[in-house]
Amino acid sequence: MTANGWLQIIVYFVVLTALVLPLGRFMARVFEGERTLLSPVLRPVEIGLYRLAGVDATREQHCISYTIAMLVFNAAGFALVYALQRFQAVLPLNPAGMSAVAPDLAFNTAVSFTSNTNWQNYGGESTMSYLTQMAALTTQNFVSAATGIALVIALVRAFARTSAKTVGNFWVDLTRCTLYVLLPLAVLGALVLVWQGVPQNIGPYVDATTLEGAKQTLSQGPAASQIAIKQLGTNGGGFWSANSSVPYENPTPLSNFLQMLSILLIPAALTLTFGRMVRDERQGWALYAAMSAIFLAGVALCYWAESYGNTNFAALGLDPANMEGKEVRFGIANSSLWAVATTAASNGSVNAMHDSFTPLGGMIPIIMMQLGEIIYGGVGSGLYGMLLMVIVAVFVAGLMVGRTPEYLGKKIEAKEVKMALLAILVLPLFMLGFPAVAVLLPFGLSSMQDAGPHGFSEVLYLYTSQTANNGSAFAGFTGNTLWYNTTGGIAMLFGRYFVIIPMMAVAGSLVAKKTVPASAGTFPTHGGLFVGLLVGVILIIGGLTFFPALALGPVAEHFAMLTKSTF
Amino acid sequence: MQSTQVRKRVPVSALLDPKIVWPAIVSAFVKLDPRLMIRNPVMFVVEVVAALTTVVFVRELVSGSPGLGFTFQIILWLWTTVLFANFAEAIAEGRGKAQADSLRRQRTQTQAKLMTGSGRDYRSVPSTSLKVGDIVLVAAGDTIPSDGEVIEGIASVNEAAITGESAPVIRESGGDRSAVTGGTQVLSDSIRVRITAAPGSTFLDRMIHLVEGAERQKTPNEIALNILLAGMTIIFVFATATIPSFANYAGGTISVVVVVALFVTLIPTTIGALLSAIGIAGMDRLVRFNVLAMSGRAVEASGDVDTLLLDKTGTITLGNRQATEFKPLRGVSEQELADAAQLASLADETPEGRSIVVLAKEKYGIRGRDLNELDAHFIPFTAQSRMSGVEVGGSWVRKGAVDAVLGLLKAPAASSQATALALQPAVSAETVRETNAIAEAIAKSGGTPLAVAKDGRLLGIVQLKDVIKGGIRERFVELRRMGIRTIMITGDNPMTAAAIAAEAGVDDFLAQATPEDKLRLIRDEQAKGRLVAMCGDGTNDAPALAQADVGVAMNTGTQAAREAGNMVDLDSNPTKLIEIVEIGKQLLMTRGSLTTFSIANDVAKYFAIIPAMFLAFYPQLAALNIMNLASPQSAILSAIIFNALIIVALIPLALKGVAYRPIGAAPLLRRNLLIYGVGGLVVPFIGIKAIDLAVTAIGLV
Amino acid sequence: MLRELRPALVLIVMFTIITGLIYPLAITGIAQIAFPHQANGSLLVKDGHVIGSSLIGQTFTDGGYFQGRPSATSGPDPTDPTKTIDAPYNAANSAGSNLGPTSKVLIERIKGEVDKRKAENANAPVPTDLVTASGSGLDPDISPDAALFQVARVAKARNLSEDRVRRLVGEHVQGRFLGILGEPRVNVLALNMALDRLAPR
Repeated sequence: MTANGWLQIIVYFVVLTALVLPLGRFMARVFEGERTLLSPVLRPVEIGLYRLAGVDATREQHCISYTIAMLVFNAAGFALVYALQRFQAVLPLNPAGMSAVAPDLAFNTAVSFTSNTNWQNYGGESTMSYLTQMAALTTQNFVSAATGIALVIALVRAFARTSAKTVGNFWVDLTRCTLYVLLPLAVLGALVLVWQGVPQNIGPYVDATTLEGAKQTLSQGPAASQIAIKQLGTNGGGFWSANSSVPYENPTPLSNFLQMLSILLIPAALTLTFGRMVRDERQGWALYAAMSAIFLAGVALCYWAESYGNTNFAALGLDPANMEGKEVRFGIANSSLWAVATTAASNGSVNAMHDSFTPLGGMIPIIMMQLGEIIYGGVGSGLYGMLLMVIVAVFVAGLMVGRTPEYLGKKIEAKEVKMALLAILVLPLFMLGFPAVAVLLPFGLSSMQDAGPHGFSEVLYLYTSQTANNGSAFAGFTGNTLWYNTTGGIAMLFGRYFVIIPMMAVAGSLVAKKTVPASAGTFPTHGGLFVGLLVGVILIIGGLTFFPALALGPVAEHFAMLTKSTF
Repeated sequence: MQSTQVRKRVPVSALLDPKIVWPAIVSAFVKLDPRLMIRNPVMFVVEVVAALTTVVFVRELVSGSPGLGFTFQIILWLWTTVLFANFAEAIAEGRGKAQADSLRRQRTQTQAKLMTGSGRDYRSVPSTSLKVGDIVLVAAGDTIPSDGEVIEGIASVNEAAITGESAPVIRESGGDRSAVTGGTQVLSDSIRVRITAAPGSTFLDRMIHLVEGAERQKTPNEIALNILLAGMTIIFVFATATIPSFANYAGGTISVVVVVALFVTLIPTTIGALLSAIGIAGMDRLVRFNVLAMSGRAVEASGDVDTLLLDKTGTITLGNRQATEFKPLRGVSEQELADAAQLASLADETPEGRSIVVLAKEKYGIRGRDLNELDAHFIPFTAQSRMSGVEVGGSWVRKGAVDAVLGLLKAPAASSQATALALQPAVSAETVRETNAIAEAIAKSGGTPLAVAKDGRLLGIVQLKDVIKGGIRERFVELRRMGIRTIMITGDNPMTAAAIAAEAGVDDFLAQATPEDKLRLIRDEQAKGRLVAMCGDGTNDAPALAQADVGVAMNTGTQAAREAGNMVDLDSNPTKLIEIVEIGKQLLMTRGSLTTFSIANDVAKYFAIIPAMFLAFYPQLAALNIMNLASPQSAILSAIIFNALIIVALIPLALKGVAYRPIGAAPLLRRNLLIYGVGGLVVPFIGIKAIDLAVTAIGLV
Repeated sequence: MLRELRPALVLIVMFTIITGLIYPLAITGIAQIAFPHQANGSLLVKDGHVIGSSLIGQTFTDGGYFQGRPSATSGPDPTDPTKTIDAPYNAANSAGSNLGPTSKVLIERIKGEVDKRKAENANAPVPTDLVTASGSGLDPDISPDAALFQVARVAKARNLSEDRVRRLVGEHVQGRFLGILGEPRVNVLALNMALDRLAPR
């Protein structure tokens, strides 16, 4: 660990925090339907879209119709992504002549992109045509992100409104989010990335003759536009196979810094949007603080583990700091910071290979995902996941002060607890259930690259990442098999929609409730005490479940590594 | 302070009273019946896995596998865990039963004198055959056969059976004292009672059911908590059921009993075992306070109360106004005024009059005089004169409403005799102005002015005031810290009400309140999302009592009021509303604290069992054995023993409840988090280590 | 549900047009005008031929060139297209080794690299980045230490003084952005091109 490494981490966190306020307030304006700076340009487009789609923007939806609208839209998106992959060979914008994607891989990828996971069982430059990359994948990077944000806004409205029936209009939230939030930020990000060196063309791959006279094929494409939104929308699907470690995808320390910022930017700022919309910004800051506490602890642990390095390297007379799978321009600090940020958010893009992290360094990303992607989390999904955890925390704590628990004046009762738990239950079921089956099956085991505890960690990482809709991988693992494409797709589907449905049920129940005015008898949910409590509940309820699995994976590997064992 | 002097009807039975413990032990086994266990999902699951492992054990016993001694001990402790949970519930119920038995003794078969036909004859029938609407005659010495309403007559009744108070109370037809309770005894006179309760659902019956916990319905919070616990149990099913497969990958095997041991220690058995005991004990605590809750829901709601409506008279102030100060006019000494006022009040038997005598004595040392010796003639208060007074020899004194006394002085001829004329003074405009100024000041401060004149001369004014109960102000400060708003209900005019409200420290008041006003106030508060508690006794309180979330009816009140409220205070002490709120809060707090404790315990249990489980194939995981437990077997055994023993150790806390302190929610949460959260993290580390040392020393493994 | 069908279909099509076609193509247009060099892959052209990209590492096996980090990329086997073979710095198939920290394969591979490096320079400790594979397999950079480690070998092969080569390395060290972000590094291709200019062969 170096002083400069810590400085980079601190600078990152400070800049992120500084951006929360303006962006958070801006988004609150957008979702409360107010005019913004961008309205003169975008308002006509917005109105045009409503007219074409036959949407009455003033008609709000009940919770159930909001959810149905979302599901229908996502189903349409799924169908389109699947179709574009299957027919890419005969469609235009395919200079590299990619063939049709196999059905199981196309299914996995379609689920992956509509569920905001961006798990990739394929290498972009060797599988997808430019049209697929743009029309299918980039589009989903926008709309799956907007879907998540729209959903959390519905939940936030449920907290903010008193004795109401409706939670907003899905089509309006989706459209405004895409037009006013995602598109402008993506345009800005894409142009900065091109400036830093990310390609943006639709030309064919370039053949170069190297200094030593060998042939090197340089893959090209409309990369910057996709990368900008993959980070902003916590999608994470890389244009190239090795994602943001590829110099074309992430050429400089500055591009790296900006991409890391865009990973957490919207999820972090949404906490303040939430605070703003419930008319108490402190509530938003409290959630931000709880998220940040776990995030920073994770970064510190991961950075320590990667710097402490691999004992096996030391045995060879090397500096043990773990550079395997990392890029020189980023170094240990940026690689650790990115790894934790991308798994804290459900982003999943990587700038170093997590599979090659030290056991404990690689365990932190797993834990971040196991906690349910609520440490900032995915755009929208992170905050609603966190709010579900808040419901559980408030329920326990509220009883401890001798009152029926309340959060933001809404009584937390049996229905909310039940639905929050249903959503939380999905995670361990798929994160632990599928690995338990996979490690018993020959075709489950054959995909592992590494033997010993690390091989187990790979399977655990795979299902954890897909269930949590993260999308990063211990990439040595061969995920592109019928078994893993199928079960992974199921894990992603359930991890997304079977959290959303109970969450929206909570919203439906909350929105109808009266708001109880706060008194000295209600404990404040904006103070340090609450933040501490929330962190404790997240770690114990969200985290402890995975202790046995982690002990058999990363922890066992760590202690093995200390004794210089290899497998 | 009066409000805290609560009579205990049944002495609190010691926790380890053998009379309760032995039946509880028997009952713990009876409750193993799965049909009963299923009401408690967490413990039901423990019972199921205990049964399953027993089957496995028996099979292994037949096949003769090694290590059976260890397996046997684990299974033994699994069953012990279930039994401890049942025992906790049985103890709580047992304490209620002891009370129920004493109540039941009151409900001995009585004969009732059922009125027949014309209304003068009766025939004797068993009390259990009485129907609603029957009319019975109860004479001196009879036990009132069932709940009812006095429709004719007046009697003194001994209600010790239900209130524990042996002093007789008056019950009469009409008005607010017409309700009688079955099981109480008429001491004098005879009354006719219309029966209002069907057999088996009388007040006494309900009371018995309640304290026995027989009809205990789960309360909303309890249901929500049960869902949380069930959810966590399922999460730990996933966490533990997957372990054998993972271990298989690592090249090891894990016996079913070890997985079960980990599972049972992880699921929230501590709170699961104590949850129903906490609920029963909460009701029990109310009963000890002589409050009868008609449902557990009401007890829970009382913890949530945001607004408390309190009647001024009797709750905030002592019943009557009292003289607090003598205010002489210019040129008159206080002594002179006090002397005259005392003289005028000696024969005045109203509380106000007596309070003047008392004040004169306390402040000016003016002793009582014998009016007969003085040959004085007392002039009583009338609604017309609005004055009272005394005439001694040629001298007279009057005290009364200011305008009445002034009127007397201005037009003496119209009011009194010739003697007055002789002493005719002029009451100057100056004096009138001064008098009115004093009177107005007193009225503004919430008091009532009483003018005193002697021999045609206005001496001054006595200030009568409502006297706030001692300590009540502090009580309201406490309530405010609990987050509860207090609203005073009074028939006084707004100015007086405001002054008393300010003095007592209530947050708000409703002056010149009619029953409709009360109802409207409750609805308004509820519309704002607040929970309202109130108490009342009159029939006209019934709608408000029914509307309030917590309505406490006074036992002395009418049957209508008692039916409308969801609690009855047997002591008829309105201040007790505050205790009821505290008991409600305590109930919720105890649940929350033990849940936190239970969940926090898991950390240590993981550190005990995980390394022990995996040591055989990943020896490097010995590094996780931070408690340095002796062996894998002793580690697992210690964890499961701790898990069982902690249930027993916490039974007293579950029954007594976590102490409530009115210090505001945030400090309270900090305190409880520290004790039960941090404590819950630390205690099992120490406990498991200690048990491990003991287990190893005894050589159990 | 049917009521939501029209907005769903219309909006998925419209957003595909706006965000899937207009947005990337508009960015492409702007990029091609504003930053044509970067937008087309930061290609390096020598004598009319593309010799690579300044952002993408290349394989150097010649002792007279500075060498980059091990690359774990692979490519199709020319003899059997269904199989893959090691193909370092394959810019059409980025990949890291993804080997775990306790992988026997990894440790043996690194040991081989270390032995090779020790043979060429026994005087300095082997820099870790020189024997570990990068994440992308296309890392264009090495650490300044890794460059300096190779100075003796390169100088000898090029018949240059070690000081001259060391100075050249020093000139090619890129510091941190604003002194804070990233790590100091040396672009191997740029360094080698400068080397060729300094001492053409």
